[in-house]
Amino acid sequence: MSVLLVLEVRGGKITRTSWEAAAAAQKLAGGGGVTAVIIGAQTEALAAEAAGRGFAAVVRLEHPLLGQYTADGYVAALQQLIEKERPAYIVFPHTYQVRDFAPALATRIGQVLIGDVIAIGEGPTFTRQLMQGRLNGSFKPAGSGPCFVSVQAGAFRADAVTSGAPAAITTFTPTLDASQIRTKPSEPFRGSAQTVDLGSAQLIVSVGRGIREAENLPLIENLAAALGAEIAASRPICDNGWLPMERQVGSSGQSVAPKLYLAVGISGAIQHLVGMKASQCIVAINKDPDAPIFEVADYGIVGDLFEVVPALTEAVKAAK
Amino acid sequence: MKIIVAIKQVPERDAPVRIAANHKSIDEADLNWAMNEPDAYALEEALQLKEKNGGEVIVLSAGPERVGSTIREALAKGADRAIHVIADDLGLRDALGVAKLLAEAIKPENPDLVLTGLQSEDLGLGQTGVIVAELLGLPHSTLILQVEKTDAGIKVKRELEEGWFQHIELHLPAVLTIQSGGNKLRYATLMGIKRAKMKEVRAVNAADLGQAAVPVLTLEQISLPSKQKSTQILPGSAKEAAAALVEKLKFEARVL
Repeated sequence: MSVLLVLEVRGGKITRTSWEAAAAAQKLAGGGGVTAVIIGAQTEALAAEAAGRGFAAVVRLEHPLLGQYTADGYVAALQQLIEKERPAYIVFPHTYQVRDFAPALATRIGQVLIGDVIAIGEGPTFTRQLMQGRLNGSFKPAGSGPCFVSVQAGAFRADAVTSGAPAAITTFTPTLDASQIRTKPSEPFRGSAQTVDLGSAQLIVSVGRGIREAENLPLIENLAAALGAEIAASRPICDNGWLPMERQVGSSGQSVAPKLYLAVGISGAIQHLVGMKASQCIVAINKDPDAPIFEVADYGIVGDLFEVVPALTEAVKAAK
Repeated sequence: MKIIVAIKQVPERDAPVRIAANHKSIDEADLNWAMNEPDAYALEEALQLKEKNGGEVIVLSAGPERVGSTIREALAKGADRAIHVIADDLGLRDALGVAKLLAEAIKPENPDLVLTGLQSEDLGLGQTGVIVAELLGLPHSTLILQVEKTDAGIKVKRELEEGWFQHIELHLPAVLTIQSGGNKLRYATLMGIKRAKMKEVRAVNAADLGQAAVPVLTLEQISLPSKQKSTQILPGSAKEAAAALVEKLKFEARVL
């Protein structure tokens, strides 16, 4: 099977999730080759880096108008490359950027992106999460054209990518005109200055929707104080303004890996899990025994946090 | 500004989900339904844009009869009128199939702006807005936190990963998918709920939109995820479980 892998570049580097997607691409290719694509205005050095990673070929999809990411530029350029290469699969890392353009690219070719895939089975079938991670669904393409797949961060191992003889590098220059690019992006900027570095915290107590109201937060603050832990939160808590955005853990916030991550009233949507599942020890307190947070937890208490958290605060104090 | 907001009705967040007997859908018996939260943020952005710049907010939703309650909620919050694409076969449609229905319903309205949430809380595809933009031939931007009207069109704040953001300028008409947290969500007032009953909800049959459901992607099976770790669940009363947990953290995991 011929497989096209679209690498993503951030800050002048090929991202780690691109190499994870490469592992998925190699799995789909079976014994066949994977052609890696690097997109930009100047791709020579990055293409050389990719060429040593065991791909059958590396294509530099290069044009001055691809220097800064735009959905219009990427869709038009990739469409031309796909029409030339006619791959059976086009594989991406599932990132915010890919979410922005890949569904439009697939639509233009009459297909549907199978997004955020966590496993590839025989057939192939593609597994993705449903209902915020409570269920898995396996999907199968009807086979009417090229199949577009994006791969969830952490689902495949970047170190599973085989290395091999240097791949041949070719350049493909798409036909692009400035008038095709209908959005005008400015340079990315950082949000407000970070004053909390959750990344270096050893102990974190993290709070989610289960807390119900901002007025209940002292419950969490008392537990954190007893433990000497930092307080973090899942996205909805910060969306509501109950805690500042800089305390948010997850794909849109900080990634943490403390010794202890104590998740209180957090159901464990994937956007949260990617930011904390590398923690050494994970504890979940949740009233729903089927909450996805229990899938990654080492210890769990199924119960009402309004009873469990005060009891835990007392138990921690007593143990000191 | 004429704004269409595409909203989806999804199972209520804490609703217990059971896999249906055919293993291809979830059991809808006894489920309660709610407005998809990211779509509620899209609606809020639309209402605020209307308050600042004038215009009209039209909500659009596809689904069976039950979707009517979510449409009324949107009208109660302040949308001016609604379009309900009556479709009983959404479960058989892939993202493109659903987006085709929405795009067909949007076309005759010629809106300046189409907004929707960045993803749904049930299927989590995160594609509908982008596909609708492509089908309508409109520019789009995703994961938007703020929208500001400019002389030339709009300027939006897009969320990137790891705490980065970017401003993007677009001409109108355009399609945006809205990220949660950009605004505070409003509640429907009593007066709003009363007024909503008088507002127009135009029903359109999916069959009349001429977009048959021929999926390029089919859902083969729904299953429960397998556990990544073996979790020790600590039983007993809150007090007993808390004491047991502290023991475990001290002497087994050794993290305290």
